[in-house]
Amino acid sequence: MAAFLIPLAVLCPLVASIILFTCARHLSTRGVGVVACGGVGLSALCCVILAAWLLARPVTEVLHVDLWTWMRAGGFSAHIAFMLDRISLLMILVVTIVGGLIHIYAMSYMRTDPALARFFACMTLFVAAMLVLVLASDLLCLFIGWEGVGLCSYLLIGFWHDNPANTAAARKAFYLTRIGDVAFLCALLLLATATGSLRIASEVGAAESGQVSHMVVNAATLCMVVAAFAKSAQIPFQAWLPDAMAGPTPTSALIHAATMVTAGVYLLARLHGLFALAPAVQALVAVMGVLTLLMAACTALVQSDLKRILAWSTISQLGYMYLALGCGIWQGALFHLMTHAFFKALLFLAAGSIILRAGHEQDIFRMNGLGRAMPGVTAAFVAGASALAGLPLVGAGFYSKEMILSGLWPARFMLAGHDIPAGPVLWGLGLLGAFLTALYIFRAVFVVFEGDSRTDPTGRTPAGMGIPLACLAVMSVFGGMVEMPDTLAPIHLFTAFLGLSPPQAHEPAWLVLAGALAPLSGLLAAWVLWGRTPRIMREMPGQASIIPLAGSTPRATDALYGLVFVRPLRVLLWFVRHDVAAYCLGRTGRLTRLASDRLELARRGMIGLVAGRTVMLTREGSILLGRMQDGRVRWYAAWIAAGLCAALATMVLP
Amino acid sequence: MSPLAALVLLPVLGGGLAWVLDHPRLGAALRLRDGAWRMSMLTLVLETALLALVTFRHPTPAGPWLAHFYRPWVPPLGIAVRLDMDGLSLALIWLSLVLSLACVGVATRQVTYHAGVFHCLLLATLGGIIGTFLATDLFLFFFFWELMLVPMFVLIAVWGHENRQYAAMKFLVFTQGSGLIMLLSILGLVIAHYRVTGVLTFDYFTLAATPLPPMSSMVLMTGFFIAFAVKLPAVPLHVWLPDAHTQAPTAASVLLAGILLKTGGYGMIRFNVMLFPDAAARLAPIAMGLGIAGILYGAWLSCNQRDLKRLIAYSSISHMGFVLLGIFSGSSMGVQGAVIQMLAHGLGTGALFLIAGAIGERMHTRDMQVIGGLWRVMPRLSGTGLFFAVASLGMPGLGNFAGEFLVLLAIWPVSPLMGALAAIGLVLASVYSLRMVNSIFLAAPRPEPIAGADFGARQMVVFACIMAFLVVLGLYPQPFMTFSTPSPLPVAAGAATRSNAP
Repeated sequence: MAAFLIPLAVLCPLVASIILFTCARHLSTRGVGVVACGGVGLSALCCVILAAWLLARPVTEVLHVDLWTWMRAGGFSAHIAFMLDRISLLMILVVTIVGGLIHIYAMSYMRTDPALARFFACMTLFVAAMLVLVLASDLLCLFIGWEGVGLCSYLLIGFWHDNPANTAAARKAFYLTRIGDVAFLCALLLLATATGSLRIASEVGAAESGQVSHMVVNAATLCMVVAAFAKSAQIPFQAWLPDAMAGPTPTSALIHAATMVTAGVYLLARLHGLFALAPAVQALVAVMGVLTLLMAACTALVQSDLKRILAWSTISQLGYMYLALGCGIWQGALFHLMTHAFFKALLFLAAGSIILRAGHEQDIFRMNGLGRAMPGVTAAFVAGASALAGLPLVGAGFYSKEMILSGLWPARFMLAGHDIPAGPVLWGLGLLGAFLTALYIFRAVFVVFEGDSRTDPTGRTPAGMGIPLACLAVMSVFGGMVEMPDTLAPIHLFTAFLGLSPPQAHEPAWLVLAGALAPLSGLLAAWVLWGRTPRIMREMPGQASIIPLAGSTPRATDALYGLVFVRPLRVLLWFVRHDVAAYCLGRTGRLTRLASDRLELARRGMIGLVAGRTVMLTREGSILLGRMQDGRVRWYAAWIAAGLCAALATMVLP
Repeated sequence: MSPLAALVLLPVLGGGLAWVLDHPRLGAALRLRDGAWRMSMLTLVLETALLALVTFRHPTPAGPWLAHFYRPWVPPLGIAVRLDMDGLSLALIWLSLVLSLACVGVATRQVTYHAGVFHCLLLATLGGIIGTFLATDLFLFFFFWELMLVPMFVLIAVWGHENRQYAAMKFLVFTQGSGLIMLLSILGLVIAHYRVTGVLTFDYFTLAATPLPPMSSMVLMTGFFIAFAVKLPAVPLHVWLPDAHTQAPTAASVLLAGILLKTGGYGMIRFNVMLFPDAAARLAPIAMGLGIAGILYGAWLSCNQRDLKRLIAYSSISHMGFVLLGIFSGSSMGVQGAVIQMLAHGLGTGALFLIAGAIGERMHTRDMQVIGGLWRVMPRLSGTGLFFAVASLGMPGLGNFAGEFLVLLAIWPVSPLMGALAAIGLVLASVYSLRMVNSIFLAAPRPEPIAGADFGARQMVVFACIMAFLVVLGLYPQPFMTFSTPSPLPVAAGAATRSNAP
């Protein structure tokens, strides 16, 4: 039965998507919502049944479903095949449950949009592609989902296509992730050439047993890191995610929480066995992760657009996950992925409600004092914010971040034979990131909800939006409690779920304490700066100049992209604005015609000349000859005599 | 009568009948409207039935060759009408018929100017193409090769767009000129065979066993290669293609892009790699370089076009670069990838040209900046266009990706650098495809109202079939891969081992 449920879980949203694409005209607004939510809901139901089935089995149990052989040529074979183990089980649960809640929310949020069917068709296709990605047991099959989520994000970011800026943002997202996709393809080609198969299990096994050369492993993992960074908007690919806010808010929630950006984290966690063999690449992942984490947190601190703050915070939180992956704490990365999905979906959906009721206003400095007018949404947003900041005990983010930070402390890199104890440095930077996180998100909270009311929110948040918010709020508060540091309580449900033994070494209590104090101090600083003295900091123009570097980062990176990629491409495009070969051919043709014209002229001139001269010569000659024959006998006799003389002279003279 | 000869003759006969039926007095007498179109449809349906008969007659063919046909034609010169069909020919003929059906079903009923002649020429081109895919006598092959060019030339020159004369002339000069080089090569091969064995023959299987010194086999193969490279087309011989594709009427564009280009790939597999395996192996680095150049250059130029049909035409050059790369990769996987890529490109680009034609018919322009967003007015047309644009950018799960991946996998052990360069072509593919999507499908609509209806049920059925084919090709290409493998030549294999031995 389970073997039947896995394809069914993928098929449900896919079929819903096909129905919505093809029958858009024949469905009412309500019908569209029912089909979309029904598809994702059925898929979620399948996943829950699968979870119940799998959790009753031993932890090493892996369910393989081979559907058919995709291609077999030479010594290579690829399959359309699914695999359910604990990692993919976690992922499908997150994707379908959070995705389903987002769908229910979107049903109310988007109900007035004329292109509702197209919207939901793309959303369900998005979920289907993500399910293929996390369930695939063959890397090439995974690539279907990998590209599929890219396509769906493109369609959804550019959903309101009447504005060229939206479609430009959509294209930017697709191009940047496509660069990563090509890197992924190169990694696939490297591995397929080395082993003749792309099965994840056999791939990792072959690498561990040394069948694959060290260089191939390093190159392939490096390519995969590039792919994952592009998908997750890490440095240097971070530029697309903030622009992706152009799409409808539920789309942002889906991209940031359940699908798309987490694909890279999933890939690295899935292949952790392979990455463990490439320590240099792992170190690179950790360093880039921590850099992204700090850069994005600083940038989020100076944004004034609510959705952009959340977008940069996503990049920053993904930095945490990559930091964890780089240090080998992949279970911590997955735990943070899960809690992040809860609270980021909550934050986006709450932000969507706020923006909708504030009359499509996104600037936080123009919507003060909303706390009193919409207490429910405020509570939801604050729950999400404390989870994101990782406030001790009440935020899911606290537990997952704690798992990562406590794992970071003993981390060491083995680079070129040197043992580098980088753990404490990374830990310190991670702690700084936690402080910044609390600072920027509570800055937004205080600015938006505190103070005297400046905007009058209209309407009420309908139940269709309120219920998903409530569910996600509960998950954000309690979702992290499945795994706690031993200092608090010996609960290790998450590691048990993944089938790992709980961490043996007890982290010192002061590590946990430091991890708890950093977000609290961030909260305090935010309250001092924006909560207590509202007039000063709020009215200050050009807040961005507080942190000059951070404020200019997005612009600077865009300018850098412009300089490095776009400008040279434009120049090259200018050069080839004509097809060079066709241009040369056209030129040759024109030259040939010119030359033949000239030749024609020359020929005509020559013939004319020759003909004219001939005529003249003939005429002159005939006149001359005519003179000689004038009929006078004396002249003839004189000619004869002269000729005779001449002849005699030539004969006699030697 | 062998079904193979019928396959070639039926379109030509049907075309002739269509011409006759279009006579106004005859049409009036029979009370038949669109007589030529109906006749063409009937011919194509009959042809498809015949092909289905050939395909499914032998459930398990004894050898790799499915059907044969042999009649002497000019016995003193050893010329015969010899037709043979293997999986490769069969797959490409199926592609031709599916595309022709789609093309006649969607795009040719609107032709009113001398409809009879138009359909006659269209079917004659099809006959020539099918003959090219079947002929195994080199003289007959050359005959069909020329046969398909002339009707196409007339189609472009008479029914084309504004600059049709120029484009038609360019098309004819390039293809005809390269065809003559091929004729020289054919004659050279025949004479070389005559010198060695004293037998004058144009038979493919006999000539394949000709022992040739390396130099002359290289020269002869290059002659063939040039003709096929023009047709494929390979950069820098692609110059005729953008003009011809852009100026041709919709139906001719579809045939050009969908099938005519495939004769180049077919010829390379059958007459370069299999007839001269050693020389082909020596030429491979250059050919693969040309393939890479085609992928990148075609995609690059495609990014820069405003004319919709021109954009699609350049994207064809890019896709056919993968075919060239796969054929000369030196492995069976590469050839299989090339065949899959040919099938997928034929379907996908053919459909894109049909859509471009439909847009041109409604908007009377091909300029993408003038057309504006069509999704609001024509959601079906735009959705179809989006699907094929996505297929063309190489989305996994659709046909093009399967072909491209196999080619890349075949090329990677040869040279990872080439593989990486070809993969970069995929980034550029996304640039031009999405540029097209965001200019005419998902874009701000034009302020003035658009006249013209969305696709009707008939068109949607046709496009749905093509989409289904592409999805099947993308997700389950295995049967096509095993089926359409070109039959190995026992004699050619013998020749290869013989020349390797000393």
